[in-house]
Amino acid sequence: MSRAGQQTFVYDRPPAIAAHASIVGPKEGQGPLAEWFDTVLEDDLLSQKSWELAEMEMVRRCVLDALNKAQLPSEAVQAMLGGDLNNQIIASSFAARTLGMPFIGLYGACSTFAQALVIGSALISGGYLENAACTASSHFCTAERQFRFPLELGTQRPPQASRTATACGCALLTAEGEAPLRVTQGTVGRIIDLNITDANHMGAAMAPAVFDCIAAHLADTGRSASDYDLIATGDLGWIGRNLLLELCAAAGLDMPADRLIDCGASLFSREQDTHAGGSGCGCVAAVSCGWLMKRMEQGELSRVLVVGSGAMFSPTSSQQAQSVPGIAYAACIERKD
Amino acid sequence: MQTAMLFIRAFVVGGLICDVGQLLIMRTKLTNARILVLFVVSGVALTALGVYKPLVDFAGAGATVPLTGFGYSLAMGAIEAVNRYGLIGAFVGGITRTAAGITAAVVFGLINALVFKPHAKP
Amino acid sequence: MSRQPFTPDQYHELVSKLTPSSRMLRGYWRAFWVGGLICAVGQALTLWADTLHLGEVTSPMFTTGVLVFAGTTLTGIGVYDRIGQYAGAGSAIPVTGFANSVAAPAIEFQREGAVMGVGARLFTLAGPVLAYGIASSVVVGIAYWLIRGWVL
Repeated sequence: MSRAGQQTFVYDRPPAIAAHASIVGPKEGQGPLAEWFDTVLEDDLLSQKSWELAEMEMVRRCVLDALNKAQLPSEAVQAMLGGDLNNQIIASSFAARTLGMPFIGLYGACSTFAQALVIGSALISGGYLENAACTASSHFCTAERQFRFPLELGTQRPPQASRTATACGCALLTAEGEAPLRVTQGTVGRIIDLNITDANHMGAAMAPAVFDCIAAHLADTGRSASDYDLIATGDLGWIGRNLLLELCAAAGLDMPADRLIDCGASLFSREQDTHAGGSGCGCVAAVSCGWLMKRMEQGELSRVLVVGSGAMFSPTSSQQAQSVPGIAYAACIERKD
Repeated sequence: MQTAMLFIRAFVVGGLICDVGQLLIMRTKLTNARILVLFVVSGVALTALGVYKPLVDFAGAGATVPLTGFGYSLAMGAIEAVNRYGLIGAFVGGITRTAAGITAAVVFGLINALVFKPHAKP
Repeated sequence: MSRQPFTPDQYHELVSKLTPSSRMLRGYWRAFWVGGLICAVGQALTLWADTLHLGEVTSPMFTTGVLVFAGTTLTGIGVYDRIGQYAGAGSAIPVTGFANSVAAPAIEFQREGAVMGVGARLFTLAGPVLAYGIASSVVVGIAYWLIRGWVL
């Protein structure tokens, strides 16, 4: 059985997470999850000439860190799957250029990491790959200048706005291996658009897509939310998380609030003044590869559903007053005991 | 005492004009660029209607420093130049009277780009 | 097949209910005192200009020039964005905010080169302000010319 229901892959040969690595920026490194990340950068620019090159360098370091942990030479990696928020995903593709790995570029906005896990696991389970490096990154300074305003402009953020995290995560999947964590299922979400036009309010734009994806996953697999130790969404922020709880309640889907966490809402503390919380491809990637996978390896959690969600808008679509469609992908990670 | 009153008037009127902008930021979905455009064009219109000149006389810098004051200078410049040069003055006056501000912004902006590097927001 | 429990309209209602609004009083107070302070500084500069005997036309230009210089420099050293985050319109509406809107993109896009980076982006925010400000002043000038022709 390699498929369940309309939208879910059930991996016949669930790939192992052989290693994982995470890097975050200085502000993220002052947040509540700081101790869980492998590397906290002191310099946003990583001694590079531009923010874009800095993000590329962050991806490169993160992938190499994961390979080091698995003691796998970079020549042995059969595919790197990843993406970021830059136009034409330059941070990931430029990093792949330096790393010299076969590259599958992905774009799912903030859902990219979950998207990479879902697709990478399918390719490994299907026998097309022996291993795959799944990654996603974001950088506050590259995203800000592309989607919003120049850094030095004195603007006020509305309370529903989120802060793009400077962060990167990489999970190395392998077909064989003794690693305890496996990716067992993946659900591909639909694009859902309830006509939210405020591009600052990404949590509101994405919550319906996340709800749809979780509902599809649970229906396809015949599970309920309480079969999971944790459902980790990324990145709805705390307002979006509340909206998701309301959506579940209204649809009669039992969602225990203590098992639903949001990566963006967890990355920063309220005192850090990031309004709705963190966002960006790197947020869910780093929080999954740092916090969640480490907690699973320590035995604290044994089944986690990582639901990455993306707001699929561009500066062009929002200037043309189009609404913000949302997407979500869910990857089920289980501990093999 | 007279000087103190000048400052108080500038402070209060300038602050109130900024609060109109703050109202637009918090209550509407207008982008910053649109609010700035709205302020300049309102300044031009209010000056043409004869409303803004008395405010400038009353509040001094409190009325000229906000962007509505930039609109005031543009409109006053155009009107004065029409008096002096006729119709062609409409095309000359606005920019002439505001030349110092615009040129300063462009030149200092360029110098800034040479000297400084962008910083990440804390 | 839609699983959504809400129609878009119902959902929008829920979103506005769960989204905290800006803290209004605090916002107005901050914009008021910062904006007022910048104008008071402008007033001090005007009084100073008067003692320099610069003349009626050049004296306001002096004030504007100094404020613009202050605005761009505070942008360059990375302070103006923090003031803006605090004060909102209080620092965006005064002419120093206009200077900030010119200097910020100029600094941000230096890596895209001197011409299409700094040169072109300099006007991303100031461009619309100048375009509509100048155009409306021309309209006022022409209207004034027409009315003056009738009246006299």
